[in-house]
Amino acid sequence: MKKLSLSSLLSQLLLLFFVIIWITPTFGLFISSLRDKDLLAISGWWTSLKTTQVNEIYRSEGSKEQIQENDLFLIKGNIFEDDSNKKIISYGVTSKNINEFDIEQVGVFKDGTKIQLFENGNYILTSSKEFKKKGKRIFVTSLSPPKFTLDNYREVLFNEGLGQAFINTLAVAIPSAIIPLVICSFFAYALTWMNFFGRDTLLALVIASLVVPLQMSLIPLLSIYNDIGSIMGVGAKSYPGVWMAHTGFGLASTTFLLRNFLKSLPKEMIEAAKVDGASHYDTFLRIILPLSIPAFASIFILQFLWVWNDLLVGLVFLDQVPSEIILSAKLRELLGSRGENWEILTTGAFISMTIPLLIFFSLQKYFIRGLVAGSVKG
Amino acid sequence: MLDISPLLFVCLGILFFLCYFHFSNFFLDKIDKKKGKIKSHKLNLRAFIFVAPALIVFLIFILYPVLETFRLSFYDKYGRDFVGFNNYLWAFKDPELRRGLLNNLGWLIVVPTLSTAFGLIIANLADRIWWGTIAKSIIFMPMAISFVGAGVIWKFIYDYRGPGDEQIGLLNAIVVSFGYEPQAWITIPIWNNLFLMAIMIWIQTGLALVIFSAALRGIPKETLEAAKIDGASEFKTFTSIIVPYLGPTILVIWTIITIVVLKIFDIVLAMTNGQWQTEVLANLMFDWMFRGGGDSGRGSVLALFIMIGVIPIMALNIYKHKQEQKI
Repeated sequence: MKKLSLSSLLSQLLLLFFVIIWITPTFGLFISSLRDKDLLAISGWWTSLKTTQVNEIYRSEGSKEQIQENDLFLIKGNIFEDDSNKKIISYGVTSKNINEFDIEQVGVFKDGTKIQLFENGNYILTSSKEFKKKGKRIFVTSLSPPKFTLDNYREVLFNEGLGQAFINTLAVAIPSAIIPLVICSFFAYALTWMNFFGRDTLLALVIASLVVPLQMSLIPLLSIYNDIGSIMGVGAKSYPGVWMAHTGFGLASTTFLLRNFLKSLPKEMIEAAKVDGASHYDTFLRIILPLSIPAFASIFILQFLWVWNDLLVGLVFLDQVPSEIILSAKLRELLGSRGENWEILTTGAFISMTIPLLIFFSLQKYFIRGLVAGSVKG
Repeated sequence: MLDISPLLFVCLGILFFLCYFHFSNFFLDKIDKKKGKIKSHKLNLRAFIFVAPALIVFLIFILYPVLETFRLSFYDKYGRDFVGFNNYLWAFKDPELRRGLLNNLGWLIVVPTLSTAFGLIIANLADRIWWGTIAKSIIFMPMAISFVGAGVIWKFIYDYRGPGDEQIGLLNAIVVSFGYEPQAWITIPIWNNLFLMAIMIWIQTGLALVIFSAALRGIPKETLEAAKIDGASEFKTFTSIIVPYLGPTILVIWTIITIVVLKIFDIVLAMTNGQWQTEVLANLMFDWMFRGGGDSGRGSVLALFIMIGVIPIMALNIYKHKQEQKI
């Protein structure tokens, strides 16, 4: 059975081809987020394990560090401030010829100052005159070994405001996933198991509203929010505002999915509870709730991820200030303002992906079920 | 430092709703026990407690806004003066909107077709290979990522440096290694739309894949065995047995992806914001909500356009979903 036929080999190769295409973009982003930002700016991430040749400008120490030996002035030091692993291969003293001298070869500045630069960055400057306060410029070509660091994450989380945006996004997504679940589970229960005036009309209306894209609600809602804001004398945009907006947009699909689930439960169970004298609330808590946990989990994940990844609602119903901005909006802002700083963008994007990927890898079953069911979500 | 007060706020928000349901029902139970009434009488009050929050949200966030959007589409930019069909006339003349409609049409043709096709091919391959499950996970993974995150990932791939410099964008690096000139991909009109669509295909193929591989398991083993015995090639089996069998599934997937694409917004906003002729309806609508202080008339017309596109496909989708439930 497990013969390696030509067609099976071809299938494997074709699938491998797809897998490589699909994983490469994310993989490249992840690698880039861990690279040193100077290297990231000048070389592709696929070269990250290779040694890269970099051209940089350094400045030597100034007159402060000079020592006098006989009638010569000397400055000794190392051009690399951090303990980098760079290896210098050549250097120069003017911008016109940056590779003029090999290492350890003595170079001469225009004013007669002599310099000797070693592979590890140590240098000796000698001059017959006293040095100026400012150091000399040295143009260095060096080989930089692969360098991975968490600096980008530190920078992005604490200095670029993504850490706060992360917390804000949690503060938006958790209630925006739980509130619809709470109110829609009661709603769906009532629509399935209770008799009241107008039940069928209401059900039809809710299902019909599934076809309405959320864009239809944005303009009137924004003006309601503005009105409420100006009457109450507070900002129009707030966390409760965005929770309720997400609740509204998720209401129809959550109710629809929950009702489909509740309908599949045996009717006799509810009847039996009734006979035993349980109120509908008791029935809901003691019988329906425990049975619904898997369904709740799928719907929660669906709604949570939807909100986590949403950009539109977050842009319209929240102020774009540090205390309210969500990750996707922040990322979009960075794409505009820091479009060339790939270390910030790649790291930021990866941070925004952490929670979804975590859910994806730990709860894949519910995740897939939720997303597939989510096809009815407008 | 980080301000965690929003998270404390969260608990209050959730607690509010839990308390509402718990205490209103708790008191109703108490009253019932005291009175010992027949159950059918109190049913309506109980139903009211169960339904009220959802109903209020439904009225405020869905029913009223939809009707209001209809009304606003006949009013001026401030929603004050009646202007008849002016906003609609504008919509049919506006070149930007025409561009957006054409682009949306392009998205609608390319993305669902290719995502469905790739999903079908990969599902077939993965089902027969021992590492297929891992392959499926990898291809499904982009579904977890936000459109903006995916935008960053792909913008990095499309990154452009001048011809002399070392390319750090993968696509240009490949192009240069074959001896061609690097290109600023997302600024080349018309073609750039394809580069944006590629992102969506990359995301949605996973969805198609998962649904297909569930459906594939439903094909009777005997049919496939019979085809093999009759000497049908794998390709022939695929085109004559598998594809026709999956017909309904193909339709479902196609509708799901079509709806996502009709409302495509985040990718365009993040990548180009509609520049270089990549405008789409949802992005244009967002733009008109705020452009020049916002124009609720034009914005509403655009929202209606999106809804008109979505309704038939969504209706088909829900109809299918309900049918499946019945089986």
